[in-house]
Amino acid sequence: MSDSAAVAIATPEPHRNWGGRLRALFLRSEALRGYTLLSPTLIVMAFAMCVPFAIMVAMSFWTQHGFEFDTAFTLANYGEAVDGPVYWALMIRSLAIAGACTVATVLLAYPMAYYVAFYVHRHKLMWIILITLPFWTSYLLRVFAWKIILGFNGVINSGLKGLGLIDQPLEFLLYSPTAVVITLTHAWAAFAILPIYVSLEKIDRSLLEAATDLGDGPVARFLRVTLPLSLPGVLAATLIIFIPTVGDYITPTLLGGPDGIMIGNIIQAQFGRVNNWPMGAALAISMLIIVAVISLVYIWVTRKATERIA
Amino acid sequence: MNDVAYIQRPNRPLHIYALLYLAFLYIPVLFLPLFSFNDAIYIAFPLKGFTTKWYASMLNNEPMFAALMNSIKVGSATAVFATILGIFGAKAVTRYRLPGQKPVVFMIMLPLVIPGIILGVALLILVSRLGITLSLYTVTLGHILITVPFAMATLIPRFVGFDKSMEEASADLGENAWWTFWRVTFPMVFPGVVASLLLCFTISFDEFIMAFFLTGTDPTLPIFIWSQLRFPIKLPGVLALGAVILVVSFVVVFFSQWLQRRGVKEVSGTGF
Repeated sequence: MSDSAAVAIATPEPHRNWGGRLRALFLRSEALRGYTLLSPTLIVMAFAMCVPFAIMVAMSFWTQHGFEFDTAFTLANYGEAVDGPVYWALMIRSLAIAGACTVATVLLAYPMAYYVAFYVHRHKLMWIILITLPFWTSYLLRVFAWKIILGFNGVINSGLKGLGLIDQPLEFLLYSPTAVVITLTHAWAAFAILPIYVSLEKIDRSLLEAATDLGDGPVARFLRVTLPLSLPGVLAATLIIFIPTVGDYITPTLLGGPDGIMIGNIIQAQFGRVNNWPMGAALAISMLIIVAVISLVYIWVTRKATERIA
Repeated sequence: MNDVAYIQRPNRPLHIYALLYLAFLYIPVLFLPLFSFNDAIYIAFPLKGFTTKWYASMLNNEPMFAALMNSIKVGSATAVFATILGIFGAKAVTRYRLPGQKPVVFMIMLPLVIPGIILGVALLILVSRLGITLSLYTVTLGHILITVPFAMATLIPRFVGFDKSMEEASADLGENAWWTFWRVTFPMVFPGVVASLLLCFTISFDEFIMAFFLTGTDPTLPIFIWSQLRFPIKLPGVLALGAVILVVSFVVVFFSQWLQRRGVKEVSGTGF
């Protein structure tokens, strides 16, 4: 770099001022230069993420009075979040829906990822793009598409009626937790396929040959070699899907009906209709903590489990 | 005994499953364009007849065009800022060995795994505490926050495969750091930059959750669509608009993915 040349020239100078010394230090220290280069990104991200979080945590200890906040410290919001039966029920339901959606998505995605990793030899890039493409398009529109399909007079109901298979619309389809799980499973598919695919692709093919040579059939080979080696991908996929779906509120609003309302809807309502921001902040933080604890326990358990297998 | 050939052998059931899975991914979305040409207010089978009137009615929908312009403004600003921040970040973490790099990169990537509602709510609180009125600027700030990780993820593979000696050669030949960047570094990472711009634009353009909390009086397009969903009579118009957005997003994203993954395949294995 031309900068290092500048240092070489600057060094022998006898009367260096502090600025010059700092400059020399700066140019020599790789870490300092790296962090200087990183600083714009870091500052923006810190400002837009850490500062809001800090304020949100502070606000969760406040009380709402009309349009003003009483900033005296109180744990009342958290007390209500724990005691209030509604919040707990919604939290449990959100976790259950997110869990069901995660399991369904990963189970459906695994064979697909397996296929692309082991059986697609030409146009692999095309397959990956095809799988990820719907994910980049509007989440809102994809959810709305499911409303069209599952709706009371939607594609499935009107189609089945037209074929004379049913007389009455199938009511369980729309405005139910089932509808939410189906829609989320579709919406997060790409997120499951990619990490699983990456971990399958990394598997050394000679291990599979070795297993075959040592007498393993296809099933035993899959269970003893392929599956354990792809578990990191499965682990990543479950977390990537589970964490955001717990807090989703678009899908429950459009498709959930009264039985499909999730914690995200309540949090959103605190900042809108209900207008109790501190309560909303407390609920958001409670949700984040619960999800974080579940994720950490999950990571810990799977790590222990894989260690035992190995 | 079978040897390597078992991997090459086609697996018929799995192949069929893969095709069914692709159908599951694409067919739901295709109902939007299908019904957007249907000559009926209600979205139901059987189809009534072919019409383009929903598209025609879009042309003189003033609020929709206003929302479209808002989304384009927010998307462009987001794409430019997020990509610039992504370039700084990607360059820093690939060029220098930084102490504590892992937690720092983890922090930058954090918005990928935090539920959007929490980021949206947290930013809403910040903005209101600072006394800033909600506007397209606040939406843009929110979108930059969530797109920087994507920009980094898109750009890092480009910078990883980067030959440092090229920059050194440029420096040896007397270019300063600024011109080395523009004349050597930038052209080499250019495809990644374009991919990042397109991706960030699309994410911002389609983003709803953050925008829902951070939009003021000027709605972005997804917020506009959301407001229309309440009125059954407006649904066919939404379908037509949705179909157009889907087609444009598909083309843009396909191009950006192709651009990004082409050439870096050997280096990063599988992209991000």
